[in-house]
Amino acid sequence: MLRLLARGSGQYGLAEIAASLGLAKGTAHGILRTLQRVEFVEQDQESGRYRLGAALLHLGSSYLDANELRSRSINWADTLAARSGQEVRIGVHHDGAVLVVHHVFRPDDTMQTLGVGAMLPLHATAFGKVLLAYDTNLARDRELTSLTRRTIVSPQALERVLGQVRADGWASEAEECMPGEAGIAAPIRAPGGLVVGAIGVSGAVERICDSASRPKPALVGQVRSAAEAVSRALSD
Amino acid sequence: MAQRYVMAIDQGTTSTRCILFDQSARLVAVAQREHRQHHPRPGWVEQDAVEIWRNVDRIVPQALRDAAISAEQVVALGITNQRETAVVWDRNTGVPVGRAIVWEDIRTEELVTELAARPESSGIRERCGLPLATYFSAPKLRWLLDNTPGLRDRAERGDVLFGTMDTWLIWNLTGGASGGLHVTDVTNASRTMLMNLITQVWDAELLSFFDIPARMLPEIRPSAEIHGVTSRVVPGVTIAAALGDQHAALFGQTCFAKGETKCTYGTGSFLLMNTGDTLVKSEHGLLTTIGYQLGGEPVTYALEGSIAVTGSLVQWFRDKLGLIQSAPEIETLARTVTDNGGCYIVPAFSGLFAPHWHSEARGLIVGLTSYITKGHLARAVLEATAWQTREVVDAMTAELGVPSTALKVDGGMTADHLLMQTIADVLDVPVLRPMVAETVSLGAAYAAGLAVGYWPDLEGLRRNWHLAARWNPQWNAADREAEYDNWKRAVELTFGWAKPKRARP
Repeated sequence: MLRLLARGSGQYGLAEIAASLGLAKGTAHGILRTLQRVEFVEQDQESGRYRLGAALLHLGSSYLDANELRSRSINWADTLAARSGQEVRIGVHHDGAVLVVHHVFRPDDTMQTLGVGAMLPLHATAFGKVLLAYDTNLARDRELTSLTRRTIVSPQALERVLGQVRADGWASEAEECMPGEAGIAAPIRAPGGLVVGAIGVSGAVERICDSASRPKPALVGQVRSAAEAVSRALSD
Repeated sequence: MAQRYVMAIDQGTTSTRCILFDQSARLVAVAQREHRQHHPRPGWVEQDAVEIWRNVDRIVPQALRDAAISAEQVVALGITNQRETAVVWDRNTGVPVGRAIVWEDIRTEELVTELAARPESSGIRERCGLPLATYFSAPKLRWLLDNTPGLRDRAERGDVLFGTMDTWLIWNLTGGASGGLHVTDVTNASRTMLMNLITQVWDAELLSFFDIPARMLPEIRPSAEIHGVTSRVVPGVTIAAALGDQHAALFGQTCFAKGETKCTYGTGSFLLMNTGDTLVKSEHGLLTTIGYQLGGEPVTYALEGSIAVTGSLVQWFRDKLGLIQSAPEIETLARTVTDNGGCYIVPAFSGLFAPHWHSEARGLIVGLTSYITKGHLARAVLEATAWQTREVVDAMTAELGVPSTALKVDGGMTADHLLMQTIADVLDVPVLRPMVAETVSLGAAYAAGLAVGYWPDLEGLRRNWHLAARWNPQWNAADREAEYDNWKRAVELTFGWAKPKRARP
């Protein structure tokens, strides 16, 4: 919760906090009151929004290092690639885009290029949708650039999709970023529930989706269990 | 019928892990616990064998719980371990006579110098394939016998047992003081300096040279063979393989053919090449060792370039200097700058291993100016691993007369992309990572699974190897050679630091 508040504008309403962390409103409120008592959190008198409190300044800052995330997730990213037969990437939010911090080749021994360090659009990838869905402060006012004829360019349509992502616990994308390409991603949560990244598979649309252009349920299951395994590994 | 799995226990230098694999060699569960490192004096490194055993007792049930499977679904257990680390314990109580002396420990430096001065020392390498060095088990065991009151008598009476970590774990898993098996495998035995490389039995001349009572030594067995059945921790599991961690990694990378090579990046780093049925005597500072032995077959030999300090340099940077909070952050810190700023770190913490074998060398940081930041130091830490790799790869090339075309890597440090890129840059060949970074555990699982018929043959295992990542060289030749020259000069500065100084040949 504190890490969420440390992000972006640093001002969040109760509903946003609860939605971002996957907590019930009542639970989130209870935690906020506790944090307020120890001055880790302050509430703005006028807007009622929450922000980090002064006491925290003395704690120093800590965050999940992207290289640490890769190191902790490497076993499960490998396993996801081996199970799914697809290429696997892990993305985190950086500067209004998805930064790829880990990449495992599709296990067919074809020539592939390591894509670590690449930046992907938030609104047009499964990774980005996951990151947007759990951080209400991210890039809401940004222009939604059209990349293909399937890219979601209407903010209202994107909000609906993000709501569905939160409800389902995973996101997908078909030809919204690149023609012929699709992807599935699920959230990686740090201890406490904060979404710190997304893990997913991507590739040719016929590999990722069924004949009705829907993500293959087996792949969705594999991506979700990999995301859970990485989240568990982060809490060890 | 319920799904069946193979279990591996990887008893490593800093932690012990238990991993379950399915038939497609995919990881199903991992449980891990670190153990303490004791540094009672400069150069001394000790571990508590009982603490390690307790960790095994916790992680094995934990891995089964995480995978939600029962012990009956485990068709075989393979054990792999940090090598050379020596432990001696009472056969009647199971209590170690002291802490285990770890492979990195250099307390035996004087003893080794004394032994090397004896005329018979010239024949040692011929028999065991190894140069006289603090690294191997025999000097450590001899030190324990000389420095533990009454131990030599107890050893000669047969009251105490010696083992490397494989032996310690198998003895405990199969009953301990009540009927535990006292065995080791041929790869671990090949690291003691006490086994004859050709006959693969304890060598009477070597035992007499090091003055070690034969009664305390375990029985030498093939790497992949049914050793016994567990009666403790999780009773009823078939122990079907044991092999040293680097040998397991060679097996896990499916380097089954002559000439196939891998490098594993862990606490130290180890380049091993399969040399098949040929026992190659190195002229370039490499070790001759046993690659592995399948039950009922002759041994497969290997050549090894051992680097003592790579991952442990990152740990030192984290724990002793406190410049990073976690090991992976070394990459973040290193990326705050674009080069080493002229700074080099040579981590000769345990002397220098291959290809130099200078026990008296000690570490240094050179090239310091007021320009140097912690970011440059972090670069120098990662580059130290890359240049040390270059040195052993060069030795391997000199040995064979053929340059390598790619390097297969594994181990925890392969998660560090800057390091992997730097290795590709300094070697000027692509660096390839397979889909299972936990190749040590996978190799132990493969050996155990083969022994019980879970996997039919080596060819089937090969088909499980898939490329997960590839780094291509980017540096230009002039920069590479200039940097290599600087590194070599830095290495030379470390020689002869610890007294008594050794005459340089």
